[in-house]
Amino acid sequence: MRTRLSERLLDLAVSGFLWGFRILIVSAIVIGTVATIRAGKYTGEQWIDFVVFGISQGSIYALIALGYTMVYGILRMINFAHGEIFMSGAFSAYFLATWLNGTGFIDSNPILGLLIPILFAMIMSAAIAMLVERIAYRPLRGAPRLVPLISAIGASFFLQYTFRGFFGPGVYAYPPIKALEGEWNLFGFGILKVQIIVAVSAAVMMAILYSIVQLTKVGKAMRAVSEDKDTAALMGIDVNRIIVTTFAVGAAMAGAAGVLYSLIFRQVGFLMGFTPGIKAFTAAVLGGIGNIPGAMVGGLVLGIFESIGPSLFLEGLGITRPYQLKDVIAYTMLVMILLFRPSGILGERLTKKKA
Amino acid sequence: MKKENFIWNAVKAGLLGGAITIFICLVGMTEIFSKRDVVEKVITLGQFVLLATMVASGLIAARRTSSLFGEVRPVRTLTAGLVAGLVTGLVLALFVYIGYSINLRAVFLNASTPLYNVLTFGKGQSYIWPLPVIGALGGLLGASFLLIPDVYRRPLTGGLIVTFFLALFSGLFRVVMINQKGGVENAAKYLFGQTGLTVEGTLIFFFAVVIIAFFWNFRGKEVQQRISRLPKRGQLSLRVLGLLLILYLAIGLPQVSGPFIAQVIVTVALFILMGLGLNITLGFAGLLDLGFVAFYAIGAYTVGLLTSYGPFGLQHVSFWVAVPIAVLVAMLSGAVLGLPVLGVRGDYLAIATLGFGEIVRLLAGSDFLAKYFGGPQGIIGIQKPCLGTLEAFVRVDVPRACNGIELGTAKDIYYIAVLSALLLAFVAWRLRESRLGRAWMAIREDEDVAEALGINLIQTKLLAYMLGAAFAGLGGAIFATLIGSIFATSMQLLVSINVVALIVVGGMGSIPGVIVGAIALIGMPELLREVSEFRFLFYGAALIIMMLARPEGLWPSQAAKRELHHADAENVTAEHMI
Amino acid sequence: MKRLFALLSLLVVASMLFAACTPAATEAPAGNESPAATDAPAATDAPAATDAPAGAAYECTDALGCVTIAPDEPVHLAYWGVLSGPDSSLGEDSKRGVEIAIDDRGGKIFDHDILLTTEDAGCTPEGGATAAAKLATDTSLVGLIGSSCSDETVGGIATITNAGLLTISPSNTRPVLSDPNRGPDYAGYMRTAHSDAFQGKAVAEFAYNELGARKAATLHDGSAYAEALQQVFADNFVALGGEIVAQEAVAKDATDMKPVLTTIAAAQPDFFYYPVFVAVGGYVTAQIRDVAGLEEVPIAGSDGIFTADLLKGAGANVEGMYLSSPDFSAFTGDYAGFIEKHEAKYGGSTLSTFHAHAYDAANILFAALEQVAVVQDDGTIYVPRQALRDAVYATKDFKGITGTLSCSPSGDCGAPVIAMYQVVNADPASWNPADAANPNPKKIWP
Repeated sequence: MRTRLSERLLDLAVSGFLWGFRILIVSAIVIGTVATIRAGKYTGEQWIDFVVFGISQGSIYALIALGYTMVYGILRMINFAHGEIFMSGAFSAYFLATWLNGTGFIDSNPILGLLIPILFAMIMSAAIAMLVERIAYRPLRGAPRLVPLISAIGASFFLQYTFRGFFGPGVYAYPPIKALEGEWNLFGFGILKVQIIVAVSAAVMMAILYSIVQLTKVGKAMRAVSEDKDTAALMGIDVNRIIVTTFAVGAAMAGAAGVLYSLIFRQVGFLMGFTPGIKAFTAAVLGGIGNIPGAMVGGLVLGIFESIGPSLFLEGLGITRPYQLKDVIAYTMLVMILLFRPSGILGERLTKKKA
Repeated sequence: MKKENFIWNAVKAGLLGGAITIFICLVGMTEIFSKRDVVEKVITLGQFVLLATMVASGLIAARRTSSLFGEVRPVRTLTAGLVAGLVTGLVLALFVYIGYSINLRAVFLNASTPLYNVLTFGKGQSYIWPLPVIGALGGLLGASFLLIPDVYRRPLTGGLIVTFFLALFSGLFRVVMINQKGGVENAAKYLFGQTGLTVEGTLIFFFAVVIIAFFWNFRGKEVQQRISRLPKRGQLSLRVLGLLLILYLAIGLPQVSGPFIAQVIVTVALFILMGLGLNITLGFAGLLDLGFVAFYAIGAYTVGLLTSYGPFGLQHVSFWVAVPIAVLVAMLSGAVLGLPVLGVRGDYLAIATLGFGEIVRLLAGSDFLAKYFGGPQGIIGIQKPCLGTLEAFVRVDVPRACNGIELGTAKDIYYIAVLSALLLAFVAWRLRESRLGRAWMAIREDEDVAEALGINLIQTKLLAYMLGAAFAGLGGAIFATLIGSIFATSMQLLVSINVVALIVVGGMGSIPGVIVGAIALIGMPELLREVSEFRFLFYGAALIIMMLARPEGLWPSQAAKRELHHADAENVTAEHMI
Repeated sequence: MKRLFALLSLLVVASMLFAACTPAATEAPAGNESPAATDAPAATDAPAATDAPAGAAYECTDALGCVTIAPDEPVHLAYWGVLSGPDSSLGEDSKRGVEIAIDDRGGKIFDHDILLTTEDAGCTPEGGATAAAKLATDTSLVGLIGSSCSDETVGGIATITNAGLLTISPSNTRPVLSDPNRGPDYAGYMRTAHSDAFQGKAVAEFAYNELGARKAATLHDGSAYAEALQQVFADNFVALGGEIVAQEAVAKDATDMKPVLTTIAAAQPDFFYYPVFVAVGGYVTAQIRDVAGLEEVPIAGSDGIFTADLLKGAGANVEGMYLSSPDFSAFTGDYAGFIEKHEAKYGGSTLSTFHAHAYDAANILFAALEQVAVVQDDGTIYVPRQALRDAVYATKDFKGITGTLSCSPSGDCGAPVIAMYQVVNADPASWNPADAANPNPKKIWP
């Protein structure tokens, strides 16, 4: 194919710009890191703390991201209302836990006091997600790609403000679980119990999910549907049922994440789902959307970078009040990863059909 | 067998209706809306909403019944409606009964005594029996609606809908009409109350609409035919006349209506500008940009920095100089932000651009860059546009004096915004018909094929980003002068989401669709400020309903229509003629 | 087909509008001529409207014109502020103050009903601009109370001033709004709230003198309010001889505060001030004691989180937290009586800090109205607008419940008495700063 000189020049300029951009960001990160470490403001213990905070935040992102990624894998659709599913899980757990706390149940049975709200939140979230799927998404299957996206945005607003109407604009405090207060000593470092519990629960949850998808018949059906809906249907798989199951499973993960989130941050409110939802979606893309291990990796990477980035990169560059720019780090990193690997850390290259 | 079937269907419809009424109560609408009237001293908005649900459940049950039997059978239809309405009322009554006995307030904030008092007309627990009765009557009304012949039903529906909307906006109409003084003022007080229509106003409006619609039903075709039978010149002059009328109204509107309507129209026009811009990137070229607010922000901040007489003003040029610069800067930033994501496809692109939008907002509001962009304190004191010459800049905090007409208020900026929107709509239309426009659409349909056909992807995509950004930059520039100050908090992700939503709701790739979408999604909520608590609830519901009912959009482009309805292709062209 | 219907309904609406305007316009004079006409209200209305000019007792010479209120019309006031979204308790609280002020007059002034309408401004400048435009459209308005957030005022004040209206804000605290150089757009703006210049100074003095702190850290949430207030505090603290060891900021929607708190802990402050809004305030308070190095540091917030919502979000850590706020005990007027009325009308305690300021703002407006309004024998009222503004600016030694108030030429009407409170009970239900026996939070300084 012949190309004109001007087009070649343009290509050259573009790739020059892109390489410049990559080099700029990478060198900024390196310079910032070196300067911060040389300044020696933080102790080793504090660095460990940063990482631990990042892991607990990141495992919550990962749990939410699973729902995004599973739905995307099957329907190629951004389920914008997923953050609100997370919020509704947190709210259901809050009411149950407050009631249990009032009866003294949580103090006497801390493990059940943790597990029962989680289970309840998972069920409620799954129920709400199935309802949303039935009303707002199913009739739109086969419509152009953006139509379900807008419907999902609508569902997101609707859920948010329904909860606001039901429970008011204020915030609620998730009841504290006494058994989870304080620290555990791990490898010589004091680490908050809550954070260990959250990270461990999230890991267990993800392991269960992964084995469901990899080992069970339903999981196989899910993978089949995500490969090719029509062929799966021909093989005797009830595609509709599998899609609903996927929504329910993803939502259950988000519901559990809602409870873990409330354990750490202790606040439940109607707007709490929006930002974590966006972040989790970012995490899903970061890891390679449609890819379950990718969501986990993406969530953890995002959480850790957000926690450690402002002090590690930005402070060294002489940027004042770096925590304000935490999200800038998250999104810049996203763009960087997409520049080097346009389909995420673990994602396969998008074929034309999937894009 | 069948009989049971239809009763069961009606009960189901009634249960659904009951669930909806309880939802309406719990979400707090009933209580708050009971302070607003539809018809003064007759029915409050809260009562109306509940009644409408009952009527609707009756109507749905009736419709299902008639589709079950394949024909309309009056007695069964009415029975179905009655049953559905009754069940709805019973469910609501049960809710009130339970509410009086158990304290639901521990969970649901609105399940309070005032709510139950509204539902029992202030008479306490023993007074719940009217609810099922009203429900049954409402259901009956809904069902009987189905039995009315089409010829009468249409005008009645129209009358009800128009009257309801007038009642909703009655405060606004009243104020605007009162400002006209003279006889209009008295008419306003006669027709519109403070919070709803007066009884007289309701009757007048309802019957006027019914009669007009009825007439149109019978004679509309004839009038149309007579117009189409007119000679070409006659039709042309009719059109010119229509255009002149619209022009006259458009010029006079802000003077008559006062600043509020002007402000709302300016806001709509700004979103039209952004919508037209995103329509290029998304509608034409198919590149989903969820961070479009970035360019809006860049346009606004450029104008702010160039014209502000506040502490952050770099230059103190006039608005007319600053705007082209703002558009250029936005265009350049479109290229800069578009470059890194050139190779990114599909939803990866959506999240990457979303990130750009957030980065711009965060940086603009950050303390780190506060010495340039004002940080949280924003840029204040943006010079208003001046038709004429500006005096020299004296010192900070003192605006440059204007020798001529200063376009300071929303009423004046209305003209700038509306003219810009019209101009850009024209530009967008020409672009679509151009070679470049066809290249964009080729990319949208299939990137690889387009490349194989010799379209330079980089150049074409970049142009889509740049031109889209330029449109949004102009919107931002006007926004800055309208508000007179800019804060990073105005540049929320919500703006980007709104723009995407209005394009899809209007119809992807369609220029009139952008305008219709902006009016529906931006104008309506602005006018309904009084019900602010429920704005987003309605907004969300409206988005879902519109997508379910009209996935192709309110005013789809020809191509999108053809795609969605292959069969109706001929009808489409026929409709277009009208 | 659907489009046809849309077109049709559009046409119908348009024709309705014309139909509504033209015949009605001719109708009214007709009613005037024949008193026997059925529309009784219109008939009594019209003669009254024509009577007043005929009497020629009052000719409006005011620079900004007059509001004319017919005998059977209410005196129309409006409250504008944040009534939706996460900050709505601030606006709702002030609105209640205005409503109680109206109730105290029996809902009447000059024997006319007082009509209060509300406009939501959403705590954003563009919301303020739209709300202001809507208010400016309504020529029946006499005066305004509002806005809630300073951003709303910045966006809307020019429109309000140019419409000849005046507004008294009960809760704007940004210093620049009542700056002597604030410009002509602010001619219609006064406030009964204190400027943050006072609040930041008071907190600095408390920290330095009372707690003996020497190394302070601050945090803000990127809002204009928080950023300005922590800066005022920092400047005053340094001026007293202290040292600011860390000034950090987070995003308004941030939730994980532990990293930023760890950074602050690295600076080892002995006083930590975060004058933020409820969301961030709750997260910071809930998480601060988990961060090594900050377990014992005294923490303080400001009037932005002086609400029971803070206790809901913050959990047990909030006990012992200091909060700066207007001094309720310095309220010379009958604050206890106000609280009683509030309890009776709305049930439960107040939502935020500025209800009393709103009450005073409304009463200042009423007092000015009573001074300047011209009442005719038939009950028609004329309110000259410039005179009304001048009367508010001339307010002197007004006995309000927030103190004895006098307005400065730059619109400051508040009595800036700031106190430090300490939360003594983390249970949100116990929130009641005005309780005589068991106040929570409890005033501890000065």
